[in-house]
Amino acid sequence: MASLKVPSNVPLPEDDAEQLHKAFSGWGTNEKLIISILAHRNAAQRSLIRSVYAATYNEDLLKALDTELSSDFERAVMLWTLDPPERDAYLAKESTKMFTKNNWVLVEIACTRPALELIKVKQAYQARYKKSIEEDVAQHTSGDLRKLLLPLVSTFRYEGDDVNMMLARSEAKILHEKVSEKSYSDDDFIRILTTRSKAQLGATLNHYNNEYGNAINKNLKEESDDNDYMKLLRAVITCLTYPEKHFEKVLRLSINKMGTDEWGLTRVVTTRTEVDMERIKEEYQRRNSIPLDRAIAKDTSGDYEDMLVALLGHGDA
Amino acid sequence: MALPLEFESLTEAISGMGVDENALISTLGKSQKEHRKLFRKASKSFFVEDEERAFEKCHDHFVRHLKLEFSRFNNAVVMWAMHPWERDARLVKKALKKGEEAYNLIVEVSCTRSAEDLLGARKAYHSLFDQSMEEDIASHVHGPHRKLLVGLVSAYRYEGNKVKDDSAKSEAKILAEAVASSGEEVVEKDEVVRILTTRSKLHLQHLYKHFNEIKGSDLLGGVSQSSLLNEALLCLLKPALYFSKILDASLNKDADKTTKKWLTRVFVTRADHSDEMNEIKEEYNNLFGETLAQRIQEKIKGNYRDFLLTLLSKSD
Repeated sequence: MASLKVPSNVPLPEDDAEQLHKAFSGWGTNEKLIISILAHRNAAQRSLIRSVYAATYNEDLLKALDTELSSDFERAVMLWTLDPPERDAYLAKESTKMFTKNNWVLVEIACTRPALELIKVKQAYQARYKKSIEEDVAQHTSGDLRKLLLPLVSTFRYEGDDVNMMLARSEAKILHEKVSEKSYSDDDFIRILTTRSKAQLGATLNHYNNEYGNAINKNLKEESDDNDYMKLLRAVITCLTYPEKHFEKVLRLSINKMGTDEWGLTRVVTTRTEVDMERIKEEYQRRNSIPLDRAIAKDTSGDYEDMLVALLGHGDA
Repeated sequence: MALPLEFESLTEAISGMGVDENALISTLGKSQKEHRKLFRKASKSFFVEDEERAFEKCHDHFVRHLKLEFSRFNNAVVMWAMHPWERDARLVKKALKKGEEAYNLIVEVSCTRSAEDLLGARKAYHSLFDQSMEEDIASHVHGPHRKLLVGLVSAYRYEGNKVKDDSAKSEAKILAEAVASSGEEVVEKDEVVRILTTRSKLHLQHLYKHFNEIKGSDLLGGVSQSSLLNEALLCLLKPALYFSKILDASLNKDADKTTKKWLTRVFVTRADHSDEMNEIKEEYNNLFGETLAQRIQEKIKGNYRDFLLTLLSKSD
């Protein structure tokens, strides 16, 4: 469930645009005003505000935000304001560049967005960058990582609930064989993970657990050479089956300043607020014994903190 | 009625591709019982005399042939009425079921359709078969072609007009090296598959030009033992040429049952795309010295012929 809080009487986009414009004018910027508006509008509303703003003030709202804001707060507001497919396209592009390389982002986008949403991301990517996301991912990865990531971003998964139990059994067997042989980048292994529907995969992995006594990720974690590929592989499986667990982990590592995904906090909050943030909050509380908004409040400050907390559904609408 | 003449025209009406429905109505339909008996006795290729029991029975192949030829128009119409996405989804499914010898169909669909049309076919596949096209292909194709086929149907290519020529040039080099080196079959090489299954068609055109300059030979001259790879290249770079060739093959007098079916498929799936159809017509004319319309007129009969000619004229 989304955590976004939108007021019951939403102002007209013209009024919102005017208020935002006021927030930018004069000395300094009225960040609180910006948060009070943008953090309480859904994607459709934000899109309207952007159009009206551009028509009225002859400037892209995002450009204005870029000029007026800075650092983590700016990134959060900018990412939040973007249309979800554009946002994902932006994040995907960023993740393929050398200095901002982050394969987790690609895994999240490819595995947790619905199939039709992923198509919109690809269209947004092509429109903005004049290339396809597939060719960029293919070009900027190699070896096992490419073997895993390319089909992941290319696939258009069936989204029905139909499950073939016989197939689940036979493919659980294949997965188990490959795991036992340590063939973690085997063609069949990857084929199953990157083409089967989520429902089918769920059934297969449940069967794996029932039949072989352990969840597949537990077995994968036992691999002593815990390299990037293995971490990514486990992330793929988690994202396909229990995305909220993956996002909880990203949040936990980012908040505790562990690992290398420093922008994880901003990314998860801005991309999941309108999707399943409530689930993620529950998961976070369960795993860390402290509510997410409190953890964020301890770790961040100022406008950045206010923005994140507002998106999480706390603070006034 | 002078029977020998009618016998000829009757035989003519049911030979070759399509069936001359009008001739059949006016000859066979109007005929008397005795004339048909004479016809059966005279047509040794269609009927065999059972002397012991005093009747002329049909050769199996005669029945099969008629069934097939009568159904050409039927199949063309059904295919034509179908949504293009369903058409393509069914083609791929059929090819998968048939096995390796039909995989060229998968290459054709994935390489000659626009990005949106291929995506549409994948959507239709979900709807028709409760699976994704890529999972079906991935689980049923084994061997060296799997990577290529899965990659080709999974593609959602950029279709704009921006291209990085240096990138195309360096990838032409990669391709040239892959073709020259021994070891792994070209179609299995990761870089080859990557380039062919992700790059835009415009990028591939640039790559084609550079490849030919580097190698001094034509990329489309057959760079691999894999006919599927060669076909993919042809479909991606010169679809009009590809279609002209297979049309010609289907119209050849020695064409087998499967090959003859290509005629309907090409016409029905391309007729809505006037620009492409015109390119195919032009290419065909250049290659074979007569127009497609002429060839159809000569070789095909009846409603099937008229239907094909109508489809052809849509792009005039």
